[in-house]
Amino acid sequence: MQATPQPIFKRGPSLAVRFAFFAFLSLALLASDARFRYLEGIRTVASVVLYPLQQAASLPGELLTRTGEFFVTQSALYRENERLKREALLHAPQLQRLAALEAENAQLLRLMDAKPSPERKTTIAEILYESRDPFTRKVVIDRGTNHDVHAGEAVIDNVGVLGQITRVFPFVSEVSLITDKNQSVPVQNSRSGLRSVTFGLGHDGALELRFIPVNADIQIGDVLVTSGIDGTYPAGLPVATVANIERNAAFAFARITCTPSAGVSSFNRVIVLSAPPQMVPNPLKTEPVAERPRKGSAKP
Amino acid sequence: MSRSNLGDNIQGGEVMLPVRTGYILLTLAVAVVLDLVPLPGWISWVWPDFVAVALVYWGVYQPRRLGLFPAWLLGLLMDVADATLFGQHALAYSALMFAVIFLHRRIQMFPVPYQMAHVLALLLAQQCIQLVVRLVDSAQFPGFQYFFASVTGAVLWPVVVAVLNAPLRRRQGADDV
Repeated sequence: MQATPQPIFKRGPSLAVRFAFFAFLSLALLASDARFRYLEGIRTVASVVLYPLQQAASLPGELLTRTGEFFVTQSALYRENERLKREALLHAPQLQRLAALEAENAQLLRLMDAKPSPERKTTIAEILYESRDPFTRKVVIDRGTNHDVHAGEAVIDNVGVLGQITRVFPFVSEVSLITDKNQSVPVQNSRSGLRSVTFGLGHDGALELRFIPVNADIQIGDVLVTSGIDGTYPAGLPVATVANIERNAAFAFARITCTPSAGVSSFNRVIVLSAPPQMVPNPLKTEPVAERPRKGSAKP
Repeated sequence: MSRSNLGDNIQGGEVMLPVRTGYILLTLAVAVVLDLVPLPGWISWVWPDFVAVALVYWGVYQPRRLGLFPAWLLGLLMDVADATLFGQHALAYSALMFAVIFLHRRIQMFPVPYQMAHVLALLLAQQCIQLVVRLVDSAQFPGFQYFFASVTGAVLWPVVVAVLNAPLRRRQGADDV
């Protein structure tokens, strides 16, 4: 009764059908990841599988630097030691003043009945590698949820803001650099106090300030520091220096490009600043609480 | 082992040893590690996608052993490693594997230097799929240096074939009685 004869060798579905299946599956994954981010669980599993391979990949480079460090000459060490001592001396007066200033600041804040900025926990991490994806600016660091690192925390190096943690895995996490196309940092001009937001351009070594009026007080060489109004980056960290300003009266806004202060290529140790413990509570949620005493006072 | 037939073990008139699954897994793991090596500046632009090259090798010489599913799975792994969109490498690698298995008899006919042209076209097509996915996801075109990786991958093809074939060669004189 069967119309088609049984195949002699079982070979499963044809190549084209299998390809169509996997292509469809990939497209479904792409759509769900781009729109909804449903698949973080699978990502975590894959990241744990990858971890030993990542360690193996960064081993030769590490070995090279270690052996390089071992064969460093005494004069180089001596020079570096001298330089560090000089820097420590330079920083000493500032540090001594810092303690006094912090005390004074706390007292002034108390006088004004304002909340002091919360203390942040710091975690030192090492950059494992730069993401090979040429479309984004991301690095992977060797600290994850096992080391109490969370998504959204700020990452800095010894000169300035590097970026923000955008995805955490058990042992590693991804840092989106401030030069990434979708990253923005609220900043303040340290000279004029002008507040604005920097936007990454998607390539190395350049940031953009948007929506600054043509006549705004901004000059080449101005240092932009974090303004702290986003609650992610603490205030006062250097972000970038203004490199170029194009003022064209035909447009409402000036075209301003900046050079980021921090450099991924120069250092491989970074600091993760933990998020502030408490954000301002949502005012909408407190309304029902305010109603309760009125009802209670009406009863007796 | 039962699935590999005799025809797949002949390369350029030479009968190769049967391929162990462990050997395939080892080469793929090494390819993933090579892809993850942290590289400075311009080297990262010319560093080939070793996973794609390894997939092409296994697709050409052992099309029955390595199908679309392993390619797709490796793609997912590389998506996580490169922090790209989930499915970008998976789509590109399964398409690459499809093309390689479809063309494997044709590619096998050519001597290794001539195979480089095929490999270049396949790797470029694979990169183009990734590029299209990213452009749809509102990324910017990163410049034509993006395609250097495919060129170096194709240039390295004879080396890859020689290295991966080496453990599969029968010892010289083993068959001479």
